[in-house]
Amino acid sequence: MDHTPFIIGSYAAAAVILGWCALAPVLRMRKIRGEINEQMRRESARKG
Amino acid sequence: MSRVKKAFHQFGSPPWLFRFAGILSPILWVACLGLTAWGLYWGVFLAPADYLQGESVRIMYIHVPAAWMSMMIYALMALFGFIALVWHIRATEILAMASAPIGAAFTLIALISGSLWGRPTWGTYWVWDARLTSELVLLFLYLGVMGLYNAFDEPRKGARAAALLAIVGVVNLPIIHFSVKWWNTLHQPASISVVGGSSSIDSSMLWPLLIMAVATKLYYGANLLTRTRVRLVEENRNKRWVRDWIEGKKG
Amino acid sequence: MSGQVFLPLLKRDLLLAFRRRSEVLQPLIFLLVVVSLFPIGVGPGPQILARIAVGVIWIAALLATVLSLDSLFRSDFEDGSLEQLVISGHPLALVALAKVLAHWLVAGLPLVLLSPLLAVWMNLGEGGLMVLVISLALGTPILSLLGAIGSALTVSLRGGGQLLSLLVFPLYVPILIMATSAVTSATDGLPYLGQLGLIAAGLVAALTLAPWAIAAALKLSLE
Repeated sequence: MDHTPFIIGSYAAAAVILGWCALAPVLRMRKIRGEINEQMRRESARKG
Repeated sequence: MSRVKKAFHQFGSPPWLFRFAGILSPILWVACLGLTAWGLYWGVFLAPADYLQGESVRIMYIHVPAAWMSMMIYALMALFGFIALVWHIRATEILAMASAPIGAAFTLIALISGSLWGRPTWGTYWVWDARLTSELVLLFLYLGVMGLYNAFDEPRKGARAAALLAIVGVVNLPIIHFSVKWWNTLHQPASISVVGGSSSIDSSMLWPLLIMAVATKLYYGANLLTRTRVRLVEENRNKRWVRDWIEGKKG
Repeated sequence: MSGQVFLPLLKRDLLLAFRRRSEVLQPLIFLLVVVSLFPIGVGPGPQILARIAVGVIWIAALLATVLSLDSLFRSDFEDGSLEQLVISGHPLALVALAKVLAHWLVAGLPLVLLSPLLAVWMNLGEGGLMVLVISLALGTPILSLLGAIGSALTVSLRGGGQLLSLLVFPLYVPILIMATSAVTSATDGLPYLGQLGLIAAGLVAALTLAPWAIAAALKLSLE
């Protein structure tokens, strides 16, 4: 039996899972930054 | 104030921890990627195939470090949780909860790679051997901690509840491992674990394995610090230091 | 002060359980229904049933226990009496122990008493019956103790019940392994005292450690 697809499958699964695990906080940080920017804009608009 | 005490207190200060994590994590990422490239190149292209298992032994360089990390992270998560509950240090609450998804990810990788390793070696995609069964139970433990944390409306309360659960889990973990291992010998007396762990590993395979072991630890550190930064910003979004940092980022 | 809370609390909980008889009976009926589904689903062949008997009975016991655990603290939480107990100054670990004992008397002990019936249904070999009863008698208190930790952690949550199962089932794995092994060994004529001994040791450990964890979890949930 050719072992290659199983090896590639394992490595690919690891890459996808760890890649997503690494990416998720980055995306979340961007979202939060956007939210805080929005909030600051609204606050300065209210003041000004 | 003694230096140790001072260092301890600094970690408890959110802006300090935020900056520290921001400086350290890129370094860890670079080191992790470098070691991973080196380790995998060595393991996939340079190291020999196994006498018994053939090429599929190369899955070991993913499966074994992942399994090691799945257990190490659970222990660390419980340790952070213990410190958080006993000494009420907010930073360790964050570290504990941020560790959970990373640990779960490694557990999942160990399960998938173990399953794929089993197919060419043993003929089936799933074997109820001691290692895989333990990893499955460990995954459920992780999902329980994450589920409990997310079920609370108040994140701080959820973190403390999940921390307590993690501690209860870590006390039970050796018992679970022992009983699963024992159960496995009862029902499959002649089986060798999918990893082939009892046989001594040749040094040509050992080195890439150890490199990957270190690489995964660096991944954990880097990812943990990144997630910690996100959480710190989320919790302190009305604070001055966060606003200043956001302003700085805009320019 | 400490001794004075245990017995009154135990009596109160037993009285409350008696008043809510139908609610208390439901997990037991569930147990009977689940076990009786197996011959229907798997086929009535006596050999198959005998082979899976221990596992089926014990797993049904786990499921029934988890069902009954959700109500362990919930009604007290909802009417505020749990909060009263926590701030009353009584040693909370003792309070926890009393409530768990009441729970076991009402939910676990009937299970032990029903097990001979289940053993007959599942065609469990004669040698195994006594060990089954002992394994349940020793094991169900552990299920109650560990489950109460999960119950205390989820009592303040709205959908707590389903999460509770996920939380406690991994912790139940060692008990399941040891108990089923003991009974299987007994039916096969092999030694089983080691496994029973380990379950007993587990019970002692749970009795000593779980009440503290339950107390801590209750305090957390009530913050």
